[in-house]
Amino acid sequence: MSEAPTSTQPLISVEGLHTYYGKSHILDGVTLHVGAGEVVGLLGRNGVGKSTTLKTIMGLVHASAGKVLLEGKDIAGVPSHKLAHRGIAYVPEDRRIFRLLTVMENLRVGLDRDGVSDARKNELLDKVFAFFPRLGERRHQAGGTLSGGEQQMLAISRAMMLEPKIILLDEPTEGLMPSMVTQIREIIDALHREGVAILLVEQNVPLTLASSQRIYIMEKGIVRHQCAASELDVNHAVIKQYLGV
Amino acid sequence: MHALVAFLQDIPVDLLIIQTVNGVVTGMILALVASGLTLIFGIMDVVNFAHGELFMLGAYVGVIVMVATGNFWLALIVSFLVIALLGAVIQIVTLRPLIGRDPLNTILVTFGISLILQNFALWYFGPIARRMPSPITGHFILFYLDYPWYRLLIAALSAAIIGGFWLFLKFSKYGVWIRATTQDRVMAQAMGIPVPLVFTGVFALGAGMAAMSGVLFAPLVGVDHTMGLDWVLKAFIVVVVGGMGSLGGSIVAAIFISLLESYAAIWVDPSQAVIVSFVVLILTLLFKPTGLFATPK
Repeated sequence: MSEAPTSTQPLISVEGLHTYYGKSHILDGVTLHVGAGEVVGLLGRNGVGKSTTLKTIMGLVHASAGKVLLEGKDIAGVPSHKLAHRGIAYVPEDRRIFRLLTVMENLRVGLDRDGVSDARKNELLDKVFAFFPRLGERRHQAGGTLSGGEQQMLAISRAMMLEPKIILLDEPTEGLMPSMVTQIREIIDALHREGVAILLVEQNVPLTLASSQRIYIMEKGIVRHQCAASELDVNHAVIKQYLGV
Repeated sequence: MHALVAFLQDIPVDLLIIQTVNGVVTGMILALVASGLTLIFGIMDVVNFAHGELFMLGAYVGVIVMVATGNFWLALIVSFLVIALLGAVIQIVTLRPLIGRDPLNTILVTFGISLILQNFALWYFGPIARRMPSPITGHFILFYLDYPWYRLLIAALSAAIIGGFWLFLKFSKYGVWIRATTQDRVMAQAMGIPVPLVFTGVFALGAGMAAMSGVLFAPLVGVDHTMGLDWVLKAFIVVVVGGMGSLGGSIVAAIFISLLESYAAIWVDPSQAVIVSFVVLILTLLFKPTGLFATPK
């Protein structure tokens, strides 16, 4: 285990991030942080830069200015595959499971790392199959044949195989039926109990408020509001202002 | 109707069987060449025009080792290793900097490399074809032909190499990495797979497989600097017909096309039988442009 970050040093801190897609300015100075083991919700309307923030942290999109620090160290220019091994896992909005790979193979992608013993591999697998028995039943089925909800479970499980310090979770409940949403909620809580930090991007405001400790609200590429999740409820004026239709 | 019956009755059965064997033998070598090509295309969208030259250089390395040691198996292995290393160097130096660029860039680069390698071979080895002795010289009687056992050995070895390669892709850690990267490069990276390294490895592997095909084929025709041209052209047809990036499709298409050409050679001159491949290519492009066995990405 690496040393636990102190309270003055967040797990991830993002400082004044600017990101462009071509000429459109997507992130206009985003600043936020996530402490170790903390679940942080990132809310905002569509297209305000929430997903881009996650992609930039993961190194999939390059920032033109600003810094991303992982446990105090600048990770600009560090390739994504190294970040994955340094404790950042990413569950994208469209899940992006490997469709032609079986469920097991999808998990193996994260599991076949240096320094993971076979016993540890089995432990990790048992854990996700206990959470999501459906995945266990379908372990030899191709990922592309799973339902949307099962694919979301697989995407989260796959990220868990990396034993991350933080999971960047992008709209995990999008398009899922209510029973699946409940399962996602439970897995977020379980990961939190295990001390995994989560930066959660969601449209589902009640779920985000219930799962997170702190909330950031973004508008037009910048964080406009931040507070403890307990200070807000779905009918709060701030929610109405930035998210209301 | 009568004409058709008469035509069918006229088909010489012995010749048909001989040509079937020939078609399968060439088909297996072709499958070996094409599987490297399709793998490289599937994972990094690079159309490798230098593949035929890797085949040719592999054959030269094979001849050199064979002449020096007399050991065909050593020649096969050394050729694989040397050309895989060359492939890795080519990928790192010329293709890696172009990742993410327009495919035209990589086409031009690999085309340039193919010219360089071909002319290097001409300059270094000279224009006279080298002979490569067969590792086994026995024959068996196939109707009125003395059919060399070596041809069957080629087919068996090619099948074994492709089979081994398939097992590697299916079960090994790196095989899973390669398949994951082929499907979704960005997500593979986010899951901790060192994608640039995987690209280099796949290019090296594809090059090594081309080299082994070259060594296997060399005893049949001899080795010269242009021997790759025919093969790469056919391999491209196979890769397109089989579905760009589909390994299984390439293997089936390789055997299918080789058989068709062999059968056509019963009635027309073998040099004209090549037309059959182009007919298949054109029909495929017209009616199923993604190939007969394209894998969904």
